[in-house]
This record gives sequence, structure tokens and C-alpha cells, in this order.
Amino acid sequence: MTTVEKIVELIRETSTSIPVDVEKAVKAALKKESKGSSAEVILKTILENCALARKASTPLCQDTGTLTFFVDTKLKRKVSVEIIKKAAAIATARGYLRKNCIDSITGKSYDDNCCEGAPVVHYVDKRGVTLIMKGGGSENMSRQYSLPDSTLSAGRDLQGVRKCLLDAVQKTLGYGCAPGILGVCIGGDRATGYEVAKEQLLRELSDKNPDKTLSELEKRVLSEANSLGIGPMGLGGATTLLGVKIASRPRVPASFFVTIAYMCWAARRRTIEV
Amino acid sequence: MIELKYPFDEKTVRSLKVGDAVAITGRIYTGRDKLHKFFSDGGNLEVDFRDGALYHCGPVIVGEGSESKPYVVKAAGPTTSVRENPYEPDFIAKTGVRLIIGKGGMDKNTLDAMKRYGAVYIQAVGGAAAISAAAVKKVAGVSHLKEFGAAEALWHFDVVDFRGVVAMDSHGESLFEKVEISSREKLNKMI
Repeated sequence: MTTVEKIVELIRETSTSIPVDVEKAVKAALKKESKGSSAEVILKTILENCALARKASTPLCQDTGTLTFFVDTKLKRKVSVEIIKKAAAIATARGYLRKNCIDSITGKSYDDNCCEGAPVVHYVDKRGVTLIMKGGGSENMSRQYSLPDSTLSAGRDLQGVRKCLLDAVQKTLGYGCAPGILGVCIGGDRATGYEVAKEQLLRELSDKNPDKTLSELEKRVLSEANSLGIGPMGLGGATTLLGVKIASRPRVPASFFVTIAYMCWAARRRTIEV
Repeated sequence: MIELKYPFDEKTVRSLKVGDAVAITGRIYTGRDKLHKFFSDGGNLEVDFRDGALYHCGPVIVGEGSESKPYVVKAAGPTTSVRENPYEPDFIAKTGVRLIIGKGGMDKNTLDAMKRYGAVYIQAVGGAAAISAAAVKKVAGVSHLKEFGAAEALWHFDVVDFRGVVAMDSHGESLFEKVEISSREKLNKMI
């Protein structure tokens, strides 16, 4: 298989097949919802949808999102931006991607999903090629807080961070296609915050944060967020979030940002070796 | 699961309550931003919405509508409904539509119109594009394709067991409103 075909296959699989850990989390969530509730109906529909999309090899969500690639620096020549663009154009023609790339100034559609800056490609010190597809509904719900925040009585400590995260979940309600996943960065500058927060979405839902403080915060926020009762698609229920993944970065004395990348249940991500 | 079959008569629609899971069979029409604006500006709709269903959806459709290349729906999940808030009460009043299908819910004015004229809002599952597309058995036609484009056109879908949950009913109840208020109260206690 050529490198282009390998990347096309990566896009196809990512778009049409939900990650195993996410599917498992939705199945576990289903058991917590009461029989005959709207939450149960919605989670069942999500699972049936994922099975159908996988079988038929069609996009599991029509918003195939922003394509962000993380490529091992050592593969820079083999998996160049040009190769990725070729693959994205082929994947679009084959119906694995929606025509989803609009020029922000002219409003014109780039019908092959390729132009300067799309797909997004980062070269990093991490093995293989990773793709994450994040739709607009969830991206619109990502947000950044600056501590202290007087409206939340949130100070510059972990309690303050916790308040921001719970506030974000409550404000999002069902608009980000709950149950969702929070990728979080504590600290950093504004741009680093969003970058690191999004990278947290690449973590397996079942992994354990090696930092004990952050691991405890992840567990606490997950359980408290689920007790808000927002539920799948915001219609009420026991499952509002499937996971919370937190990292931290240093900050300058004057700033303290808390950045949240909100991901919908259709958390499409995959890594391959090339 | 409550089965709803087109035409959706007022009595049946008024008997629905928030939280009811429904399976819709029969004709539904898609319409989103451009259609609502067009109607609000006095444009004439080519189809009759009386006792019918309006689906906030911008589908992905391939084919040309000919015998050799019929329209096939590839993905047809709901789009966010709040953008139609300014137009929907008037749309309900003038067309007599009974089911509004979308995601995210709509505002108090729309809820009031639903109570007054006998209509409900049905939440489809956001993101579940494959299963929604599979429920569309036939594309029976399309209106305003040239003016609005494929994603905004008024598509005529014949569906079988298209699933959703009643999230706003004709008794003034809205699950979205309830969840928003109760979750905010819980949050305030927590922080």
C-alpha cells in the first residue's frame, strides 16, 4: 500500500469507526440510565449508529470536522503535508469526508477539503501518525477561563479550576452533543492552552494520569459533572461526560488560564504506524 | 416507543408529552436557515406542511434525481435549531406544521406557539448521521434546490421509524428548560 493509500485508510477508519474505548464507555453509560428514559433511547441510538456506520463504511457523523494530524518528526518526508492533502482529497471524493472546508473571507467551499492550513498538520516527537476529527458543534463549546473569575468565586488554585470545569459543563448543556469528553489544560499562554487541551483528547478514556493530583481532579470533576443531570443530548440523565483528561503547563505570574477542549460523543481519533 | 404516522393529526400530537420516545413513519420535509428566511420574507412554499413534519437538517445527498442516478441520502443528522427561533412561531402559525425535528431545542416563543397551535419539538440524536440516513427510505422530491443549494433545500423524505424524543410538548413543557434550570441549581450548590 502506498503512503497516500495508508493515510486515506486512516481517514476512512477514523470517520466511520468509533474508537473501541469510547464505544465501551457509551455501553457502560447505558447501564446507568433508567429503563425507558430518553437517555436510554439516545445512548442506544448512538450505539446502533456506530455499528451501522462501521458496517456500511459511512461517516458516523455528518460533520466530519477539522482534520488534525500529529505526525512523527522522523516521518516528515514520507508523510509530508502534500501527501496528507492528496489523501484528504481522495477520502472526500470517496465520501468518507463531507465537503467541510470554507474560505473564511470569500465563503467559497474548498471541495476537496484542502487549502493552505487544511488539513492541520503537526510534526511531533511521537510515534506513528495520529488523526483526530473534531466537529463544529463540539468545537463551538470549547472555552477558556482566566483566573481569578469573580462570577464563579474561582481563585487561582485547583478549587478555582474545578469551578471553571463544572461551569463549562453546565453552560454547554446538550449543545456539544453530550455525553462528551473534556480535554483540559491548566496554565500556559492562551494558544498553548487550547493546543494542550485538545491533545488530551487523544488519551484513552481508561488511562490513568501519572500525576496524582490531576488524576484525582479528573475523577472528581467527572463524577460531579455527571451528577448535574444534564444527560445525553441535554435531555436529562446520569451521563453527561464520558471522561475528563487534564494536563498542566507553566504560566507567567500575571496569567492563569483554564482551557477546555469539549469533545462530543463522536470522539473520532486513531493512530497508525507508517 | 410511540409510533407516529403521517399525517400527524392535532389530537395525537397534543397527547404527546416530554420524554416520550417516538418513531416517525411517512413524509417529512427538511428546512433550515434559508427556507425560514424565505418564508418569513413572504416566499411561497411549494409543499403543504399542514399536519406535517419539518426537519432541521442539511443532508449529504448523492445522485441527480434521475432514474439512472436517483438521489441517495448518505448522512442526515439534525442541525442546531436555535437559529430558527426568530421564524418558527410564525411558521407554525401559518403552515399548521405539527412536528419540528432538530437538536438543541428552541425558545419560549416557539414553545408558546406549540401550545397554541398544537405542535411538538422532537430531538433527533445529534451526530447519529448513519442511522438517520438509513431511516430515509426514499427521496420523493426536492424543492428550492437551485435557490438554496443541496444542504439547504427542502427535501421530501419518506421515512420509516425515524427515531427521536419529544423534548418540547404542546402543554408548555420543555425538557431543555427543565434541565437547564435544575443543572444550574445543582451547580450553584456545588461551587
